[in-house]
Amino acid sequence: MKVEYQVPGGDFDRAGEASANIKKLLQRIGIPADVIRRIAIGTYEGEMNCLIHAGGGRVVAEIEPEGTVIIISDQGPGIPDIQKAMQEGWSTAPDYVRAMGFGAGMGLPNMMKCSDDFNIQSKVGEGSTITMKFLYK
Amino acid sequence: MAENYLHSVHVIKEACNGCVGCVKVCPTEAIRVRQGKAEIVATRCIDCGECIRRCPEHALVAKADALSGLQGYKYNVALATPSLYAQFNGNVPREAVWQGLKELGFDEIFDLSAASDYISAEIAQYLRQHAQGRKPLISSACPAVLRLIQVKFPELIKQVIPVLAPGEAAAVYKRSEVCQRMNLPREEVGIWFVTPCPAKGTNIHQSVDVKHSEVNGSISISSIFAQLSVAVAKIGDECKKQDKITTGSSYGIGWGAGGGEIKAAGITNALSVNGVREVYELLEQVSMNKMPDVDYVECYMCAGGCIGGPFAAENRFVAQKNLDKRIRRMQRLEPTDREAAMALNMNCPGFPTSEEYVKVLEPRPMMQLDDDITVAIKKLGEMEKVLTHLPGLDCGACGAPNCQSLAEDIVRGAAHETDCIFILKANVRKFAQGMIELATQIPLVNEHDDKNLAEKGSDKDETK
Ligand SMILES: Nc1ncnc2c1ncn2[C@@H]1O[C@H](COP(=O)(O)OP(=O)(O)O)[C@@H](O)[C@H]1O
Ligand code: SF4
Ligand SMILES: [Mg+2]
Repeated sequence: MKVEYQVPGGDFDRAGEASANIKKLLQRIGIPADVIRRIAIGTYEGEMNCLIHAGGGRVVAEIEPEGTVIIISDQGPGIPDIQKAMQEGWSTAPDYVRAMGFGAGMGLPNMMKCSDDFNIQSKVGEGSTITMKFLYK
Repeated sequence: MAENYLHSVHVIKEACNGCVGCVKVCPTEAIRVRQGKAEIVATRCIDCGECIRRCPEHALVAKADALSGLQGYKYNVALATPSLYAQFNGNVPREAVWQGLKELGFDEIFDLSAASDYISAEIAQYLRQHAQGRKPLISSACPAVLRLIQVKFPELIKQVIPVLAPGEAAAVYKRSEVCQRMNLPREEVGIWFVTPCPAKGTNIHQSVDVKHSEVNGSISISSIFAQLSVAVAKIGDECKKQDKITTGSSYGIGWGAGGGEIKAAGITNALSVNGVREVYELLEQVSMNKMPDVDYVECYMCAGGCIGGPFAAENRFVAQKNLDKRIRRMQRLEPTDREAAMALNMNCPGFPTSEEYVKVLEPRPMMQLDDDITVAIKKLGEMEKVLTHLPGLDCGACGAPNCQSLAEDIVRGAAHETDCIFILKANVRKFAQGMIELATQIPLVNEHDDKNLAEKGSDKDETK
């Protein structure tokens, strides 16, 4: 089963809606609570990156009997140095975002940590796509 | 038997007018209105009492025990909760409340604030010993919160502190202490909560936090308050000569209201959250790991803490004022150091430590659509499809709390699309239009038919 959510750029009022919805869906198929938590946290980080760094994008969840794939994509500025972006604590978040408690530079590393498979594609000027796979067992 | 005790809240059908107020406030989406009457989905109800507070018809009530139950035991002990004292002005002596309880039939009173002192110390110790590990730890004192975690946030079970609620610990202590001192068999001693809390009552029969509850029953404060307050007023000040009973400190008493627990345990990097919506929202944030830098969260389902419990007799703000006053008065006579004040009162030799009695919370996720994951995913797909047909107004007129729940009920086979009044209206309109169209297509057999019809119509008009 596939669901798709648009992430509005810069709109903190709707921050976290996609991950909250996906969490609710997953609770209905009866997979372990810890797995749902990992998926929700990973999706939330990706969703927030879309919102903060890329001016919006979309979140796709492919929910299957063995696992769930989350694809977060945007047509934002792209990431010039992926290796650097993946480092813990590295962030280009603007001050107002930091003031809200975001921008600790832990999003991408945490997404990698909480997923069973993590892939990031990004091109400057074209956008970024992150694919996370989560297995239920 | 277990099934009967899943929850103590129930509906008085005759009183229910089907307004859906309760349906909308239930945090676990456990209520539906069907055939104009509220129904509780037993497996989802957590006894938070939110529906009881909301219902204008008082059609939602919770079960509790009657004082007549005391007759089943030779010797009866009342566990007096801090929130019980909060029903009385802060200058009413605790002794008067105890004496009043005795006049109601109890042989002995145990002041639960003493147990709260012990449990506070245990919480503080646990936090010191478990500085590492996933944070924040979550308080275990409110059974309704524990049941919310079981049903809606099972991923947080590991963060619930494995410490007994004061009332349960007190019951363990009191039963052995009384049996020894009085030389009575265990089954002849009745131990009773005198409580504002419906969830505590459920916990006796269907315990979530203790392996075996030593409490025999729970008496709701509101059911005895008229009698008790009359007795207390009569007793006045002349009660102080009675036997000394074990009491707790002002910190133990503070457990009756929100914030009291973390204050008593001396945890500074902590959050105190009470009220159904508030607790829900907090747990969502904890689940998203958004506050790993907080040590402890104190969660109580009732706004204001236990003084806001559905079985309380007094308004919760009045109760808060009463409790604050009592605490101030007690503190005048206590050492200023918190730990010293608490230690002074901790004289229950052999008071149990939690480890031996506490039960690990079991997950009770109630949301899944099917036991077979492939089927569940299929149903989930159907549910999403149904949802696109529904208007998305979350009006509750269908008897479900929102469109998503109706969609869920439909794929579970418990509801129909036409339960949505907007879909029903659209269907009726379509059907009516179809009828009109059909009517125009009915061939007239002869001219007379047509004339007959016209005349009948005008006849009717005249008679009006
Ligand atoms: N979708 C994106 N588009 C452009 N840049 C991004 C995107 N996601 C992450 N980045 C860049 O990678 C950095 C690190 O991301 P992350 O680890 O989530 O930390 P944070 O969001 O706290 O800055 C960001 O500061 C930003 O420069
Ligand atoms: S806050 Fe207190 S009274 Fe209310 S449900 Fe929890 S334990 Fe019971
Ligand atoms: Mg980020």
